[in-house]
Amino acid sequence: MKKLLKYMRGYGKECVLGPLFKLLEASFELLVPLVVASIVDTGVANRDTSYIIKMCLVMALLGFIGLASSVTAQYFSAKAAVGFASRLRHAVMNHALRLGYEEIDQLGTSTLVTRMTADINQVQNGVNMTLRLLLRSPFVVFGAMAMAFTIDAKAAMVFAVLIPVLCFVVFGIMLITMPMYRNVQQRLDGVTRATRQNLTGVRVLRAFGMEDEEVEAFAAQTQKLTKSQINAGRVAGLLNPLTFVIVNLAVIVLIYTGGLQVEMGVISQGMVIALYNYMSQILVELIKMANLIINMTKSAACANRVASLLEIVPSQKNGRAETPLLGGVEFRDVSAKYPGASAYSLEHISFSVQPGQTVGVIGGTGSGKTTLVNLIPRFYDSAEGAVLLDGQDVRTLDRKALRRQIGVVPQKAVLFHGTIRENLQWGREDAVDDELWQALETAQAREVVKDKEGELNAMVEQGGRNFSGGQRQRLTIARALVRRPKILILDDSASALDYATDARLRMAIRNLQNPPTTFIVSQRAASVRYADVILVLEDGMLVGKGKHEELLETCPVYQEIYYSQFSKEVKSYAEG
Amino acid sequence: MPKDNQSATLKKVLLRVRRYWVAMIGSILLATVYVAMSLLIPVLVGRAIDCIIDAGRVDFAAMGVYLLKIAFCAGAAGIAQWVMNILNNHVTYRVTRDLRDDAFRHIQTLPLSYLDSHPQGDLVSRVVADVDTFADGLLMGFTQFFTGLLTILGTLVIMLAIRWQIALVVIFLTPVSLLVAKFIAQRTYSMFHLQSRTRGEQTALIDETLGEVKVVQAFGHEEASLEQFDEVNDRLEKCSLQATFFSSLPNPTTRFVNALVYAGVGLVGAFSAIAGGVSVGSLTSFLSYANQYTAPFNEISGVVTELQNSLACAGRVFELIEEDPQTPDPADAQIPARVAGQVEIRNLQFSYVPEKPLIRNFNLSVKPGQRIAIVGPTGCGKTTLINLLMRFYDPQAGEIALDGVSTRDMRRRDLRASVGMVLQDTWLMAGTIRENIAMGWPEATMAEIEEAARKAHAHSFIKRLPQGYDTVIGEGGGSLSQGQKQLLCIARVMLCLPPMLILDEATSSIDTRTEQKVQQAFQVMMEGRTSFIVAHRLSTIQEADLILVMRDGHIVEQGTHTQLLAHKGFYEQLYQSQFAH
Repeated sequence: MKKLLKYMRGYGKECVLGPLFKLLEASFELLVPLVVASIVDTGVANRDTSYIIKMCLVMALLGFIGLASSVTAQYFSAKAAVGFASRLRHAVMNHALRLGYEEIDQLGTSTLVTRMTADINQVQNGVNMTLRLLLRSPFVVFGAMAMAFTIDAKAAMVFAVLIPVLCFVVFGIMLITMPMYRNVQQRLDGVTRATRQNLTGVRVLRAFGMEDEEVEAFAAQTQKLTKSQINAGRVAGLLNPLTFVIVNLAVIVLIYTGGLQVEMGVISQGMVIALYNYMSQILVELIKMANLIINMTKSAACANRVASLLEIVPSQKNGRAETPLLGGVEFRDVSAKYPGASAYSLEHISFSVQPGQTVGVIGGTGSGKTTLVNLIPRFYDSAEGAVLLDGQDVRTLDRKALRRQIGVVPQKAVLFHGTIRENLQWGREDAVDDELWQALETAQAREVVKDKEGELNAMVEQGGRNFSGGQRQRLTIARALVRRPKILILDDSASALDYATDARLRMAIRNLQNPPTTFIVSQRAASVRYADVILVLEDGMLVGKGKHEELLETCPVYQEIYYSQFSKEVKSYAEG
Repeated sequence: MPKDNQSATLKKVLLRVRRYWVAMIGSILLATVYVAMSLLIPVLVGRAIDCIIDAGRVDFAAMGVYLLKIAFCAGAAGIAQWVMNILNNHVTYRVTRDLRDDAFRHIQTLPLSYLDSHPQGDLVSRVVADVDTFADGLLMGFTQFFTGLLTILGTLVIMLAIRWQIALVVIFLTPVSLLVAKFIAQRTYSMFHLQSRTRGEQTALIDETLGEVKVVQAFGHEEASLEQFDEVNDRLEKCSLQATFFSSLPNPTTRFVNALVYAGVGLVGAFSAIAGGVSVGSLTSFLSYANQYTAPFNEISGVVTELQNSLACAGRVFELIEEDPQTPDPADAQIPARVAGQVEIRNLQFSYVPEKPLIRNFNLSVKPGQRIAIVGPTGCGKTTLINLLMRFYDPQAGEIALDGVSTRDMRRRDLRASVGMVLQDTWLMAGTIRENIAMGWPEATMAEIEEAARKAHAHSFIKRLPQGYDTVIGEGGGSLSQGQKQLLCIARVMLCLPPMLILDEATSSIDTRTEQKVQQAFQVMMEGRTSFIVAHRLSTIQEADLILVMRDGHIVEQGTHTQLLAHKGFYEQLYQSQFAH
């Protein structure tokens, strides 16, 4: 949690001035009982009306100065809290964007979203309250005690006993409730997860008529949440009543001691009243403090969760070299394993391709095709062996510079909210419209854009929902082409395209002026058939490597794949 | 304008609270006890102080009695307050639970057109964050509003009883406090609303960016995404600062009014004391009442701003709950005993946006057990047709009839239960593999589940997972590959075997060898079942009884594979292109 403090930097002025003005306000409040005592002891006793009027004006003035300082304090603390939260959100977003694929897999995106929203909001609240009250309340409590001592040391001993007892109660309850609130947050996470899942899976859930079951499962989650909230509330709700009782017991002792002191002529009646007033101030302040502490406990739990997210260090180290790539790719005895997995997803893969060549990667579901291409832009690192680009180990290259030269079209075609132009410019920020249209042309997506009103200015909804699967795929291909990559990776990214479009797409890429080294991951033999090299994967092993004709002769797995798609009859049709 | 919204929202909230009226009455009674007891204490303290007059003139016996009474009152007040807190917790958290459950239940009935067009993050934020803020406000409202109100009333009564002249000062100064609170409250509501809206916008952006953070990284778009985020973040910072600052104003201002009241009471009280109207002890009680009396105003005004924030949030949740649901299922719904699978589509017309008609005057007649393949270029309306068949969307005109009954006259549930669907977008829920396969039929035995998985050729890879069928897969299928997820989706349908099937690119992510085996299983499965198959690989649909070739929302050709090839039309072109390169 301490680590979060650095986001407070820059708000030093606010963090000092906020509490300071609060202290100022509190100091004026502490003077009020003394004024009242003097009204009773001097004004009433001497029947001095002008003195009474003067003192009452002083009280009103104290109130006004209090108001001014308090408003100032609140402005500063709001500014610091809101600014802090804003910077923290920025930092968390920045951090989340830079986590490695491994870390993202482990965390899950809904956790990231909750941290950024609900958790930071709570932290903001906590900071605001803390700046406003954390100094004020103890100051009033101890200040009241100090003032009491100036009145009468013996009577003030009550305060000296009372305050530690109260601290014990307050901190005790805080310690007990802290883990309880953590529990509440965890269950709230569960509710978030359930809601998100329901929304993403809405079609399937409705197709299976699972609405009622979903409602039931959700109700079970909220019920659990409610239970933990009530449990935490039961303990936290003890705070106010307990402090109330303790303070009133102290009042009893105080009046009794006060009585003894007056009896002996040590202090006056007005002073007893002042002592009692200080006690009341302590009570009022403690109630505020108790609320503050509950609030802080919650915020601390949230802050810890945010901090632990920020503490995750991406496991991948960045290289330094920013060499321009030509497009040569070599795998040297590469094995890869996902964290936590027991088996290798890729074992002893070796191959090498020249710049501009087309590589087909084919194999069964789960055979390691995606894992293989993911190693090239360093989405993951190999466990053993090395991936070399133009002879340099990818791990020695600067990740950013590396990825800038690689165009990736992932399996899942994802677009973002914004115009088509903005989406395509993800490939290269400074790409002009001509270049965008060229890329669209190559990606066979020209008419997709032409058909939209506003063309490049047409809006893409979140996730690209207003485009069909095939349209999205072609746009994501165009997006990758816009950067004129040296290496292009098409990870099964033509699966939603019909054969004609798919074929035209491959042709267009091959006919580019400086064709990139292209990796085509596919299930379709037709898609990889004309590649310069076809890699055949099975269960993470490279079982075939070569051209279509060779493989058709020598590689049983490839034969099986090919003939499963082109039956003898079709084959004769195709050839005839 | 927002005022009306606010009171409407408040009414809805109160209706929801009414369900827990027993606890509420208990809470109010306890609040009364607590307030009465705590109000008595200053009177008793005043009396006790009156026993202390001067050196040698302290009446310890009388003072002792008062002190005992104070102890009793404090104890009673403490217990009452604790129990009251517990009751309030119960009511608040149950009300918010109900609200969440209702919102979630309502989401299940919202038309897909709504869900497809609203950012998911925004909906999540309503169900989670907004309800949470609402809960905080409500709890504060319960615990402080009643006690505050009762304290004010109680104090007034006691002050009037002690000395009405001084009480008048207090009563005269009170409206100032109320006016100030009202003035500020009016301004803060709209600020809170803006804050809440900007937050929703930000959540949607976060959801999108972090949901697809891998793509963001692949494109080195981190900086640009961050910039975009910062723009919203800065706006949020600004409106948040305003909302936070203004909402904190009532507190100091009412405290200032308190100080004035206090000074006023001191003035009038001191003069009365000189005139002999009140004792010094009574003046003490009076001053503490003035304090206690104005403190609740302070609290209440604090609560009011908090409540406003919470009402603004509740308003967003109610907005969701009151969103028009899909047209309800007819009351006299016809329940098909056993769907034969005859499908009749008549004059169907549909578009997502009115300006762009997609499907026009579509007619189709399918006999039970027929296999209908739908092919065509991307974006030609294949998936839309499935949306309509499943009634995810309703057509603007025309109808789809199943066994002679319009699907509009059926319960969606019954319609969908008679159709097994495998989509290209594989979706799995968080849970075990077993739970996922048994989704449509939770009572299935392990043997049946395994059988289904075997038929879908998923068994072998499931066996290789660390915990086999009990392996827990995370959100969105976790570490499974697309193909594996698709096999699970197929197994899911294999288990239920409904009388009709929709396979929308059901095998697009599976390698072709496995696909061939799955296709064989499909063949068996489709036996005697009306099936709609959307596919790109034309090889997989050659056996279909009828192939519909779609283009721009129309059927341009239809017939069997051989007929269509002979026709030398669009289908033939598509077919040829498979072999082109």
